[in-house]
Amino acid sequence: MEDKVEKFEEEGRRKFLRLFGGAIGGGGVAIAANALLPAAAAVEAPAKAAVPPIPNYDWSKHHWAFGVDATKCIGCLRCVEACKVENNVSKDPHHFRTWVERYVTLEGEEKARVDSQHDPVNIAAAGGEGKYRFANRYKDAKVDKAFFVPKLCNHCTHPACVQVCPTGATYKTADGAVVIDHTYCIGCQYCVQACPYGARFFNEEKGVTDKCTWCYHRITKGLNPACVEVCPVSARVFGDRNDKQSPISIFLRDNRVTVLKPETGNAPNVFYVGIDKEVS
Amino acid sequence: MDTLFHAAPFTGYVYPNETVIPWTVLIVIYPYLTGLVAGAFTMSSLYQVFGMQRFKPVAHFAMLTSLCCMLIVPLPLLLHLGHPERALNPMITPHTTSAFAVFGYAAAFYVILLLLENWFVFRPHIVKQAQQRTGLLGLVYRVLTLGSYDVSEKAMSYDKKWIFALAVIGIPGAHGLHGYVGFVFGSLKSREWWSSDLMPPIFLFSAIISGVSLLIVLYIVSCKLRKVPIDLECVKGMAYTLWGFMLFALMLEAVEFASLMYRGREGIEMILEYVRGPLVIPFWTVQLAICSLIPVLLLSFMIGTGTKGNALIAGVLFSALLVLVGVLMMRWNVVIGGQEISKTGKGLLTYQMPWVEQESGLTAAILLMAPLVLLTVAVRFFPPWDDAKAAH
Ligand code: SF4
Ligand code: SF4
Repeated sequence: MEDKVEKFEEEGRRKFLRLFGGAIGGGGVAIAANALLPAAAAVEAPAKAAVPPIPNYDWSKHHWAFGVDATKCIGCLRCVEACKVENNVSKDPHHFRTWVERYVTLEGEEKARVDSQHDPVNIAAAGGEGKYRFANRYKDAKVDKAFFVPKLCNHCTHPACVQVCPTGATYKTADGAVVIDHTYCIGCQYCVQACPYGARFFNEEKGVTDKCTWCYHRITKGLNPACVEVCPVSARVFGDRNDKQSPISIFLRDNRVTVLKPETGNAPNVFYVGIDKEVS
Repeated sequence: MDTLFHAAPFTGYVYPNETVIPWTVLIVIYPYLTGLVAGAFTMSSLYQVFGMQRFKPVAHFAMLTSLCCMLIVPLPLLLHLGHPERALNPMITPHTTSAFAVFGYAAAFYVILLLLENWFVFRPHIVKQAQQRTGLLGLVYRVLTLGSYDVSEKAMSYDKKWIFALAVIGIPGAHGLHGYVGFVFGSLKSREWWSSDLMPPIFLFSAIISGVSLLIVLYIVSCKLRKVPIDLECVKGMAYTLWGFMLFALMLEAVEFASLMYRGREGIEMILEYVRGPLVIPFWTVQLAICSLIPVLLLSFMIGTGTKGNALIAGVLFSALLVLVGVLMMRWNVVIGGQEISKTGKGLLTYQMPWVEQESGLTAAILLMAPLVLLTVAVRFFPPWDDAKAAH
C-alpha cells in the first residue's frame, strides 16, 4: 500500500519535472517547485514528450557519467531543491543527495572559507529548514576569489561503499551507477563511514542508507537526472559515454577534467572543470 | 516519539551529511565487549594452555566471564541496525569484499567454541547435579549432560584434552575476532584517524588489559562477597600480566599517534586542532593521565617494592578499575573521535550523546551491566570457584 502511494507520488513528480524541464528557459520557477507540486501532479503531461526514448532498457549497452562545470554554477540551488522533491529526500539541511559548496577567498587571506546549505547562516537566510539559499554573507568583505562546487555521489569505479557493504545491498550496476537495494539494506551505515566524499546519509524513516542514484529511475527511461534538468546554466552535464555525441562525451573531449580526492583510489565518475586545489 | 536524528554541531566546513553521526555510543560498547571476551579468554588460557598454576582460582571463572560477555556482543550491533530483522542478511548472502561480512560467522563460531569449552569445564558439576537434583532444575541439568554421565578418571582425562584443544583454538579465535574489530576501523581509508595498520594490535592489547582488569575486579569482589580469602599469588600474577600487557598497549598507541603526526598528511591541521582542543579531557586527561599512567606507575611501584597483603589487593583493584574506565575511553576516542574529525579535513563535529532513547547512554549502561547480571546468575548454576569445596 505504502509502496503504491510512493509510486504514485513519484509519477507525479516525474510528470512535473518533464513539464518543468520544458519551461526551464523561464527560470525562476524552480524555487517554487515545492509549493507547486500538488497542483502539478494533477496536470497531464504533454503526450509526446512522455514517451521514454529507451523502451527496452539494456544496462549493458550504456555507460553513464556526470560532468560539473564549476565555472558556470551560480549557486542558485535549484538542483538541490529538485533533487529533494524528485527523490523524496527529507527536507532538513542534514540529508542531501546533492549539495553545493561555496568557496570564498577574501583579500589578505590564504585559505578559502567554505560553506553549504547546512550552515546556520544560510539556513537563516533561506527562511528556515527545508529551504535552500546562500546568504549574502560576504557583501561587506573584499572578495578575492569565489566559486561554487556542486557535489553528489561520484558513482566511483572502485566504490569504497560497495566494498564494505556486508550484505551486497549496495552495488555497482553494469551501466556504471552505484545503487542501494532498500529492501535488502540492514542499515548498518558501514558504507556511510567508508565513502570519502560524504555522499551517503541514513534515511531514518526507512532505516536504510540513501544517496544519489543519478535519478536511476529517470536515466533508464532516457531522461536526465533532475538536477541536470533544472540547472539554468548547464553547470551539470550528464550522458552516455558509449554515445560519442552525448553531452558528457563532448564535455570530456573538450575539457581537461579532474576528479575529487583521486588519492583514495575510488576513481570517481563525476568529472569536474574549474575547481581549485582546496576542493576535496 | 523519538526525534528521528540528532544534528551534531560543527565548526569549520563539514559535509552536510556528516552532521548526523552514523556510529553512536553503541558502537563504542561493541568493541569494548569483544575486548573483554578476548581478555578474559586470555586469562583462562594462561592456565588451561600455558599451565600457569597460579591462575587456577580464576581459570574457570574467566571462561564463564568470557561467555557471558560474548552473549551480549551482538546486542549493541542489533540495536544499532536500521533493520534488525534483516540482521542475518550478511550471513545469508555474505558480500565477500566486506570486512564485516564474516562477523556473523566469526561470532557464531566463537559462541559455539565458548559453549563447548564451558560445557567440558563444568561437566563434572552438571553430572553431579543431574544425579542429585529432582524437579525442574534436575531436568535442566539432565538435559545439559547431553546424555553423558561418565565422569570416570579416563573420561576426565579425555575431557581435559578437549579443554586444552578448544583453548588452543580459542586463543587465535578470540584474538582474531578482536583484531578483526580493529581491522574494521583501521582499514577505512576515508578517515585518517582510523586508517592505520596498527589498529588491530592496538585493539588487541587494550582488549587483553581490559579483560584482565575485569577479572581482577570480579575476583576480588566475589571473594569478599563469598567471604573466602583472596589468593594473593593469583592477584599478584594478574597484576604482573596487567602491567606487562599495559606497557605493550601504551607503546603501540604511542607509536600510532606519533606516526599519524609525523606523516602529517592532508588534514593534519584539523587533527592537531582536535587533539589540542576537544581531546584534552577525554584523551589526555582521562584515558592517558588518569587511566593509563597512574595504574602503570602504581603497578610498577608495587612490583618494585614488593607490596604485600591488603595494600597489594587495594592497589591492584584500584589500578584495574582505572584500566577498565581507560579502555572504555579509548574505544570512545577511537570510534567517536574518528567521526568528530570531518572527512573534509576542514572542520570538526561534536557528538552529543542522548541519554534516553534507543541509541543512548542508558542503553549503553544497560548493555555494560548485562554481562555482569548474566554472570551473577551463571555462577549460581555453574560454580567456577576452585575453592568451592572448601567453602561448602
Ligand atoms: S562517492 Fe561515495 S557513495 Fe558514491 S560510489 Fe563513491 S564511495 Fe560510494
Ligand atoms: S547500510 Fe545498507 S548499504 Fe550500507 S553497508 Fe550497511 S547494508 Fe550495505
